[in-house]
Amino acid sequence: MLQKIYDWIDDRIDITPIWRDIADHEVPEHVNPAHHFSAFVYCFGGLTFFVVVIQILSGMFLTMYYVPDIENAWKSVYYLQTEVAHAQIVRGMHHWGASVVIVMLLLHTLRVFFQGAYKKPRELNWMVGVLIFFIMLGLGFTGYLLPWDNKAYFATQVGLEIAEQVPFIGEQLKTLLAGDANIVGAQTLTRFFAIHVFFLPGALFALLAVHFILIRRQGISGPL
Amino acid sequence: MSEKKQQVSRRQFLNYTLTGVGGFMAAGMLAPMLRMAVDPVLQESGHGDLTNVSLAVEDITTDPQRIDWKVKQVDGWYESEVNRSAWVFKDENDEIQAFSPICKHLGCVVSWEGSDEYPDQFYCPCHDGRYYKDGTNVPGTPPLQPLDVYEQEVRDGMLFLGDAVPREGA
Ligand code: HEM
Ligand code: FES
Repeated sequence: MLQKIYDWIDDRIDITPIWRDIADHEVPEHVNPAHHFSAFVYCFGGLTFFVVVIQILSGMFLTMYYVPDIENAWKSVYYLQTEVAHAQIVRGMHHWGASVVIVMLLLHTLRVFFQGAYKKPRELNWMVGVLIFFIMLGLGFTGYLLPWDNKAYFATQVGLEIAEQVPFIGEQLKTLLAGDANIVGAQTLTRFFAIHVFFLPGALFALLAVHFILIRRQGISGPL
Repeated sequence: MSEKKQQVSRRQFLNYTLTGVGGFMAAGMLAPMLRMAVDPVLQESGHGDLTNVSLAVEDITTDPQRIDWKVKQVDGWYESEVNRSAWVFKDENDEIQAFSPICKHLGCVVSWEGSDEYPDQFYCPCHDGRYYKDGTNVPGTPPLQPLDVYEQEVRDGMLFLGDAVPREGA
C-alpha cells in the first residue's frame, strides 16, 4: 500500500533522486563507531542537532499554554507544570535540553578543534559554527526570562547590565534588548519572547542549513 | 534599431529597473518593521518627579541607613508602583548623600557594611565589589564606577528623591 502511494507520487514528480541525494551516501569507516569505538566523537554534531530538534518541538508545545505577559507568564508556567497532563515532562525536556544542547555543542566543537577539522577547506563551516554557538547562547538567555520568576528576572537584569558594558553602543543595545531604557518589564518579556521563539530559531534554521550543506559539499574530514 | 551606440542595453535597463523597484518594495516592507523594533532606543527617557521618601532630615545620621519607597512606573501599557531603595546619610560636611544600591559592576544590590571583613564600606556579595563611604569604588574590586547618586531636595524638613544618576568624572 505504502509502496503503491510512493510509486504513484514518484511516477509523477520523480522524488527518488531528491531523497537519494540527501540520504544515500556511505559513512566512511573512520567515523563509524562500529569499526573504531573512538569514532563516537563524531556523534556529537548529530547529537547537538537531535537536542535542537527536541528544543524546537517541546518549545512549540509549551507555547500552547505559555503567555508572554508579566501578569500571567509565571501563572501559565505554573499551571502547565501542575495541572496539564505530561506538561511537566515537556517543560522538563525544554528546561534540561537547554543545558544539554550547550554541552553537546561544546563537545562537538572540541572534537573539531582537536582533530584540526576546521582547517582548509573547512574554515567557513567553523565560522558558521561559531555563529550557531552565539545563536544558541541567545536562545538560552532569552528563554531564561520567560518563566518570569525571581531567578529569571534578576538573571536578565544582570545579563542586560553585561550588554550595557559593550563599548560606545552599550546603552542603546541594552534598551534595544529590554524595550525600555530603565525597566525590565512588560516590554522586555514580549521582546524576549519574540526573539526566543521567532527571530533566533529562524536564524538558527538558516545557519544549520548552511552548516549541513557545507558538510555535504566538503565531506567529513579524513582520518587523523 | 538605430545604429547609434547604445549606452544602456535593453537588458541592463530592465535589470536596473527591476532591481530598483524590488529594492524599493523591500525597503518599504522592512523600514516600518525596523523602526518599530528600535522605537524604545529613540524614545526620550522621561524625567521622573521627586518623591517624598518619608524620611525627616533630622533623622538622617552619619551612619548610612537603607530607605525604601515607592514610585509610580509606566512600562508601556503597564502601570504599577515599584520599590526603590537608597543608602542615605550625612557626610562630614553635614550634606545629605543618597546613593543607589545598584552595584556598578553588574547590577547586584550593595549594602553598607555588608561584609564583616570590610567595615565602613559598601559591599556587593556577587563578586566582592566594594565602595568607600563616599560611594567611590575601591580600586582592585570589580566595580569601575562610583555608586549612582539620587537627585535630591529637602522640602519642609522631609527628604525628596528622584532618579539615580551616574556621577560626573567617575
Ligand atoms: C536551541 C533552542 C532553544 C533553547 C536553547 C531554548 C532555551 C530555553 C530556556 C533556557 C528556557 C527557560 C526554561 C526554564 O527555565 O524552565 C526556555 C523557555 C521557553 N522556550 Fe525555549 N529554547 C529553545 C527553542 C525554543 C523554541 C523553538 C520555542 C518555540 C517555538 C521555544 C519556546 C519556549 C517557551 C514558550 C518557553 C517558556 C516556558 C518555560 O519557561 O518553560 N523555545 N527556552
Ligand atoms: S555585581 Fe557587584 S561586584 Fe559584580
